[in-house]
Amino acid sequence: MIRRRTTPTASQGPDHEQDRDRGLFQGAVIGRRSLASAAGVGIIAAGVAACSNEDPLAKDSESAKGGDSSASDGGGKSGAIVVGSQQYYSNEIIAELFAQALESAGAKVERQYQIGQREVYVPELKKGSLDVMPEYLGNLLQYLDEKAAKGTAEDLAEGLSSALPDGLRALPYAKATDQDSYSTTQEFASQNSLKEIGDLAGQKDLKIAANPEFEERPYGPKGAKSQYDVDISVVPVSDSGGPLTLKALMDGKVQIADIYTADPSIVKNDLVVLEDPKVMVLPENVVPIVSEKVDDKGAAAIKKVTDALTTEELIKLNTRSVDDKTDSKTIAKDWLEKKKLLK
Amino acid sequence: MSQLLEAFAWIGDPTRWSGPGGIPVRLAEHLWYTALGVAIAALIAVPVGLYVGHSHRARGLTVAISGAARALPTLGLVTLFGLWFGIGLTAPILAFVVLAIPSLLAGAYSACESVDPDTVDAARAQGMTEWQILTRVEVPLGMPLLISGLRLAVVQVVATVMLASYIGNGGLGRFIFLGLNLQDYPQMLGGSILVVALALVLDVLLRLLERGISPRGAARV
Repeated sequence: MIRRRTTPTASQGPDHEQDRDRGLFQGAVIGRRSLASAAGVGIIAAGVAACSNEDPLAKDSESAKGGDSSASDGGGKSGAIVVGSQQYYSNEIIAELFAQALESAGAKVERQYQIGQREVYVPELKKGSLDVMPEYLGNLLQYLDEKAAKGTAEDLAEGLSSALPDGLRALPYAKATDQDSYSTTQEFASQNSLKEIGDLAGQKDLKIAANPEFEERPYGPKGAKSQYDVDISVVPVSDSGGPLTLKALMDGKVQIADIYTADPSIVKNDLVVLEDPKVMVLPENVVPIVSEKVDDKGAAAIKKVTDALTTEELIKLNTRSVDDKTDSKTIAKDWLEKKKLLK
Repeated sequence: MSQLLEAFAWIGDPTRWSGPGGIPVRLAEHLWYTALGVAIAALIAVPVGLYVGHSHRARGLTVAISGAARALPTLGLVTLFGLWFGIGLTAPILAFVVLAIPSLLAGAYSACESVDPDTVDAARAQGMTEWQILTRVEVPLGMPLLISGLRLAVVQVVATVMLASYIGNGGLGRFIFLGLNLQDYPQMLGGSILVVALALVLDVLLRLLERGISPRGAARV
């Protein structure tokens, strides 16, 4: 992970040497998902590329040159299906899975990766300059219709279908989810026989390392208290479940950490993700959002990918990116071949 | 403009001026981290700077090192040290020390260098030891520059101390990071305004000290 921070990778634009203070602010704005992969110096500054007020797509095609994607200028003018991704390495891998599945089904595909946050790309989806975007159920619905964002994955998918603007639809969501979690070490879990969040009830001086906004989220301390009768306080660590959050947990400075469920560090450190039977944490299953340009054949091709994508598989895909620095194209191709999803 | 007004309204809200996470507590934490960072940096940089300025030795090296240190991104250092020392105060304070050293160092060696060489020679001719020359001639005469280095260091550090909140500490950065991630911009801006105000107040106070401290008869720098 340290090398990830100092070595320019696919997730960085060419602007990483920009003014550091500006980079910090802009980088932080890009939000938790992108920050999860961007906990460091250069990568944070790269957020500038996607978050400035300039035309995000024009900017993005420029930054894609430094990466592994082969985006061309301007979305969709050649009639190709434009696949986008957030500025989050894992999201780019999923986007690449969709892109190659579409290509294998005979479609012409353009790639516009690392677009940044929803405020930037949702308008592009509405405008029709983006056709496919890997999304997450809870976060997207929260963005589109905050009040509707509660309940199980199924509820969320239903909410999405009515909240999405005309011309956009959500394809069936994957089992894979990349969401906030109450995670702990194997040791702490077995010492206190923890299986689900509710088992923490009665523990004294519980601390969770999480982004500062965790304090205000419905699944934060207030939710834990009201739903599971757990008293827990937040130690704000602003790297979105990244290496600093993990270290706080491993050092024992906190007993619980909010680490996203598709983060390779969960497997690597043998962490226990406490179960959440009351669905307090908003489910963030991977869901493809597509425009009308994606026909039934294309939708079927994407569905094959989402059907095969579980959280374990997503962690494996992410691990290849984090550990081996393999580019998204190769990761996606190998996985699709292994799953026999390419023709 | 309305965002700015909302930010001032956020600051003015009396409920924010009490309690364990209130503005006074965060302000005090912010000042404490600043003082700690600058004090440790001063313990290192001032003696080294005075030695370099007095002896004219290793000046090029010092300038090069402090120049390089200025270029280090503090957030990167906080993250890097955080991975070594874990969350808590050690990592950010170390990063602030690195941030404060160049200004303090430059202030210290230019304080010595600003003294007229004839004055130093005169002191030496009167039989003063090198230590006496340093402490009775160079430091008093160069004091305004020394304080000016301190001022620069304080202003830089106080504006950067918000990063302490990045890894589990208090300070005004708590408002900034929370506001940022919640898209609660009045809160973010309110926190930033407090940091700016704090920096301005400290700057003015140290400027006054700078002026008041020049010895009588010495030329104003």
